[in-house]
Amino acid sequence: MIIDTNVYLSRWPFRHLEGDEPAKLVAKLRKRNVVEAWAGSFDGMLHRDLASVNIRLAQDCRTYGQGILVPFGSVNPKLPDWREDVRRCQEEHKMPGIRLHPNYHGYSLDDPLFAELLKLATARRLIVQLALCMEDVRTQPALMRVPAVDITPLAEVVKTTPDLRLELLNCTSNISVEQYRAALAAADVSAEISMVDGIAGLARLVQEIPLQRVLFGSYYPFFYFESALFKMQESGLDEASQKAICEDNARRLMGPAANATL
Amino acid sequence: MLNRRTLLKSFCWSLALAQAKPWNFSGAAESGEELRIWDQHSHLGSVPGDTPEERMALLVKCMDRMGVERLILSQGYSADQHPNPAEQFRLENDRVMRAVKAFPDRAYGSVYLTPALRDFSMQELNRCMRDGPMVMIGEVEAEARCNVPEMDPIAEWAAANEVVILQHEWLKTGGNEPGESSPFDVIELARRHPKLQIVCAHTGGNWEPAIRAIRDTRNVYAGLAGSDPTSGFVEMAVRELGAERVIYGSDVGGRSFASQIAKVEGANIPESDKKLILGGNLRRLLTPMLRRKGYKV
Repeated sequence: MIIDTNVYLSRWPFRHLEGDEPAKLVAKLRKRNVVEAWAGSFDGMLHRDLASVNIRLAQDCRTYGQGILVPFGSVNPKLPDWREDVRRCQEEHKMPGIRLHPNYHGYSLDDPLFAELLKLATARRLIVQLALCMEDVRTQPALMRVPAVDITPLAEVVKTTPDLRLELLNCTSNISVEQYRAALAAADVSAEISMVDGIAGLARLVQEIPLQRVLFGSYYPFFYFESALFKMQESGLDEASQKAICEDNARRLMGPAANATL
Repeated sequence: MLNRRTLLKSFCWSLALAQAKPWNFSGAAESGEELRIWDQHSHLGSVPGDTPEERMALLVKCMDRMGVERLILSQGYSADQHPNPAEQFRLENDRVMRAVKAFPDRAYGSVYLTPALRDFSMQELNRCMRDGPMVMIGEVEAEARCNVPEMDPIAEWAAANEVVILQHEWLKTGGNEPGESSPFDVIELARRHPKLQIVCAHTGGNWEPAIRAIRDTRNVYAGLAGSDPTSGFVEMAVRELGAERVIYGSDVGGRSFASQIAKVEGANIPESDKKLILGGNLRRLLTPMLRRKGYKV
């Protein structure tokens, strides 16, 4: 049984993806024994009417999700009245969390608005997912090159927000292990595995950071789903560790209260 | 060698996961045939271990977990992108030969050379392949682009001896590094040597333009190794080139078998195409050299 904490709905702007029809995406996830998938929207990267992005996301999760898609709304703290988007995500759409794309929205992690957003989300008991990159910078379209998020300030920022639940998505190797370790040590920060690579990369990752902070994430449909799945196999981790990554750690992050509302 | 059923069992940490058959090449499983995965593109670099033998032992462990039968190993494990000429190349080739010698049923060696050192490279070809155990050329990467005239004697030797070349190339947004080949350089070389069989190691990384670039040059193959497992790569390569011109490789240890095999297993293509890509095509290309050396195909 797998809880996939990193899938996306809607369209990648630069390529047709095999799983970008929500019904197809859900069929694929079910075939691979995913029982719950935390879904953001590719539209959240570039659209400015994020309220409508989040409405569509919530609708698609309800319509096609067959009980497994869990919507994570997009919030851009550089847009006017962004706090209302946070409120709607929680109160109207009953989302358990939000997904951020700072490098596409033009702010750094030492921006006071980011700290304020973390505090507001935490006050509303929302999980915050922070997407660190969306594509290898070497393969991005020439007219739209977007470097990965600089997480250097993250450790200091998260320390100021007690009870924050933060998950790092798309943990690119362009960011050093030391920076990841500092962020994870500073608060309840987790990381998913979609961009962890290298021979037996997952087994090596859990020697670097606590196993309890490692979550399954496929970044499907941008990546082939099987990539994350096969990493579990290549890792040689014992059954308990695999279960922790595939299921238990995500349940802990979601928490009993939020689970009950799904 | 593990078959698919064994592999599936190995990943059954829960009944539910077993029922999902996460690792099941459906066509082969249905026919009862064993899928033979041969990996064209692997290195000892970024693999933990103090010696070539130790590093290779870890690779074999991971191969067993993933059902990879055999590797083509090259470049040793120096992290130097610009190896000190001659001695460093020779040392890396020696490391590869030691690793292969320790696991002769799991790997073949491929000779590391550079057109920037033409005479030395021809000597190294003779040492490692004509008189030694290696079966392929490349990954050719360092110091010079592959369209330079100094690459011609190497290409002529390869064509005359029916030896495949694995050529590093990228098509990076923002530009390649100095001396780094692009798919266009590979095409140039391939057109000068129409009997040469040459594999683009990364198909540009930016695979959409790279596949278009190599489409009409039929002695150029698309290698899948060493890039993120982005959806659509293999489907486009098969559609535009035919499955016979697409070759699986991983680029371990910097990459995993997992992320690179996933490109094939996750692709929406026929099972028969997956078999070609994961091993059939490579065995076909290597057959002349393997037979000459009396190796198993």
